[in-house]
Amino acid sequence: MSHFDEAQAAVEAALAAGARYADARVLHRRTESMQARDGDVERLERGESAGVGVRALVGSGWGFQAVGELSTAAARRAGSAAAAIARASATLGGPPVDLITTPPRVGSWASGCAVDPATVPLSTKGDLLAGVTAASRAGGADVAEATYQTWDTRSWFVSSEGHRIDQHIRECGAGMSATAVGDSQTQRRSYPSAFGRYGTRGWDLVTELDLPAHAERIAEEARALLTAPLCPAGETTLILGGEQMSLQIHESVGHAIELDRILGWEAAFAGTSWLELGRLGSLRFGAPLMNITIDPTIPGAVGSFGYDDEGSPAIARDAVRDGIWVGVLAGRDSARAAGLDYAGNVRADGFARLPMVRMSNVGLEPGPHTLEEIIAATDDGILMETNRSYSIDDRRLNFQFGTEIGYEVKNGRLGRMLRNPTYTGISPRFWASMDMLSSEIVPYGLPICGKGQPLQLARPGHPAAPARFRNVRVGVRG
Amino acid sequence: MRPADVAARTLDLVRAAAGPAAEAEVAVDRRRTALTRFAASAVHQNVADDTTTVRLQLHLGGRTTIVQGTATGAAGLRALVDDAVATAAAAPVDATWPGLARPGPPSGGRTARRSAEDDDPVARAGQVRAFVAALDGLPGAGFCSTRHHTAAYANTAGRFVAGTDTQATLDGVARCGTAEGVARASSSSLAGLDGARLGARAAAKARAGTDPVDLAPGRYQVVLEPTAVADVLWLLGYFGFDGRAYTRGSSFAEPGARQFDPAITIVDDPVGPDSLGLPFDVEGTGRRRLDLVTAGVTRGVVHNRRTARSAGADATGHADTDIPLSGGVATAHLHLLPAGPRCAAVPEVDGPAADAAVADLVGAVTDGLLVTDHFYTRALDPRAVVVTGLTRNGLWRIEGGRVTAPVRNLRFTQSYLRALAPGAVLGVGRHAVDVPAGLTAVVRAPALHLAEWNYTGGSDG
Repeated sequence: MSHFDEAQAAVEAALAAGARYADARVLHRRTESMQARDGDVERLERGESAGVGVRALVGSGWGFQAVGELSTAAARRAGSAAAAIARASATLGGPPVDLITTPPRVGSWASGCAVDPATVPLSTKGDLLAGVTAASRAGGADVAEATYQTWDTRSWFVSSEGHRIDQHIRECGAGMSATAVGDSQTQRRSYPSAFGRYGTRGWDLVTELDLPAHAERIAEEARALLTAPLCPAGETTLILGGEQMSLQIHESVGHAIELDRILGWEAAFAGTSWLELGRLGSLRFGAPLMNITIDPTIPGAVGSFGYDDEGSPAIARDAVRDGIWVGVLAGRDSARAAGLDYAGNVRADGFARLPMVRMSNVGLEPGPHTLEEIIAATDDGILMETNRSYSIDDRRLNFQFGTEIGYEVKNGRLGRMLRNPTYTGISPRFWASMDMLSSEIVPYGLPICGKGQPLQLARPGHPAAPARFRNVRVGVRG
Repeated sequence: MRPADVAARTLDLVRAAAGPAAEAEVAVDRRRTALTRFAASAVHQNVADDTTTVRLQLHLGGRTTIVQGTATGAAGLRALVDDAVATAAAAPVDATWPGLARPGPPSGGRTARRSAEDDDPVARAGQVRAFVAALDGLPGAGFCSTRHHTAAYANTAGRFVAGTDTQATLDGVARCGTAEGVARASSSSLAGLDGARLGARAAAKARAGTDPVDLAPGRYQVVLEPTAVADVLWLLGYFGFDGRAYTRGSSFAEPGARQFDPAITIVDDPVGPDSLGLPFDVEGTGRRRLDLVTAGVTRGVVHNRRTARSAGADATGHADTDIPLSGGVATAHLHLLPAGPRCAAVPEVDGPAADAAVADLVGAVTDGLLVTDHFYTRALDPRAVVVTGLTRNGLWRIEGGRVTAPVRNLRFTQSYLRALAPGAVLGVGRHAVDVPAGLTAVVRAPALHLAEWNYTGGSDG
């Protein structure tokens, strides 16, 4: 079933109302999620949303209107309303707005999906989550929780320039946690990460995660953390596990290279960036080992797509090459404002939200080492794994992270477990101190990344591997 | 179709499809939201949407499912109900079903007065224009938003409630060199906002923040303005007064214990005469003023029906589906009560303090900091609400009761619980204001004078 007609009607209505450019996305999404706690399924939820979102450019003013209704009449009303909103925007004046020139695309794309989550019986899914939470409880957890989520999204995009694209993206993933409650503290361990693991894949991803094999372990680790020694305070060599590296990339690289932040468009809320456009291509972001790509073409990664939400095709691009900052995440209007010639990273959270600059898959290329080699090469340091907290300033410069668990590293071997590990640093200094990087890349991803007003949630991917950093401040406490 | 009609129609379809034994509740929520964003004093994003969501929870044969959709026509509602019945039949057994809200008051909600201009992008642009004009040449960024919410709830036990809520918010920063100043306010209508006043306040802060000095990390007395107190309140609610955190043992809350300074009284009140929010939650439970902390003594936490069942308590009307990662329960409209009776307004003052009530607290500080705002605050230890974050939008040194110099932003790591512990609160402002907090909430807060706040580093390293 196609909804190109509704999208076309919305665009035509916006043009008739005075827009010089318009695009429209019709979106139909089905979602499913389940949560279990302590051996019982607590919540099963399914959702279906459908509607159209129209973007119109009048003069140098943008307008966007969405309606949760699928009919050509509703689409036309939304197109006219978008143009009226754009006219109101233009009343305040401002710099000229335009889009970089791209050829109109006509295409179709679908993500891979070996096992459609919709074909897996609910009872099978429920047995999995109830079973792993029961096993965690038996393993010593005071609270054991597990969840899965699926999204099945079909979209139809039309622009006044001739774009006509339909996509079908299926996403899926799961995760679980065990919490141990002590007299004055709680400790938590998660698997496969603090946020679960998600991908543009089917239920096969959940099967591969093998939650049952880790249910007891995380419970035992959570309980052991209650009596583990505190992470010491001071400066040391820090080894980060791959999952924490994915958060490090997300916060200190991914958001920093968003062009809308660099241009000041997010100044009042998410913030700006310490990166200055004039230094694109020459600024040293980190050590020569640091190679970061923007790659929405990675099969199965959660940030993958065929086309972004303004019709630009997915293309891999360097963000940091040999430690030098060389690329940004851009949309067609921000690229034009910055004098760049590429876009391709504009996405929206459903039909009712404006497409804006978002991460796709922003991640590391593999290094030459393994985690085992990194530990063996470290005389004195700390290994930290699995994110527990994350905070970074509005320029994406000063960060402080906490992880669920840490281990002493002494004379090339793992030592005692450490609780409440934290580390802090300044982004370019921290990345410049990376002297070992593992080749063991995993396509981690986040099921939730907030940006924009009204708030939009995205699911970016972050391929990452363990790495070592020198002279890092650890053990910051209140 | 009105939300109330959609709810009734859906229940009829459930009865026909699932029979009289089915327990079902329907929450219908029509939201018309509009938001105008500006940066460099020009509008760069301007959006509106009008979406109705139907949420059906069905408990059938000991199994439960929630289905949600945006279609409100006859075919869409029938498909929704059919999906719910089929899903419930295949769902795992629900051992913790808490049952439905029983019939009883309130039978209807507050009817919000809504001006036509609340939907008008030109009116929003007018508020932005007034804010920008008051900056007197400084570049400004922020947003002006309106939200009109019409909701209805009905269940097979016979409960029906409906109501409306409107909110408008203006939130903006002014920039002067590298210094930023902020002003933000929420109201029940666009007309209740004053773009010019907020713009002037943001500009005064930005101008007073130029050429900041570095300050060594350490523990300082602070005056937190309402914008920063909003963050403290919100996170205390998220990690402590949340019934889900309470039932899983990760909340600090110990009802009956003196956990806060006697100057601290916190209520959750979405039903007061000038409160914001609907008078019932998505499970149909009526809301009321709920005492969370009274003169330093913790009184309770907020519950949805499941956390209430787990805790052996009554649901308090705080089921929530809006807050990301909230787990289905969240505070609605937190108020930290000001010192003395609430006053409608206080005078503006010269300098960086937000108003005369803040300036009063500054006057009592011998050596400390005036803090406008917190940014990117995250919990290191949810149980003690140990939070790390940064100052933002204006930080000043206070010496001898006077603001003496702007200070470069600092990172802190601080237990919010300890910051408000017995003996730690040296003063509470006499004027509380509604400020946006978290990602989607609004809280009402006065300024606070606190004995100690732990700054662990400069924001530039």
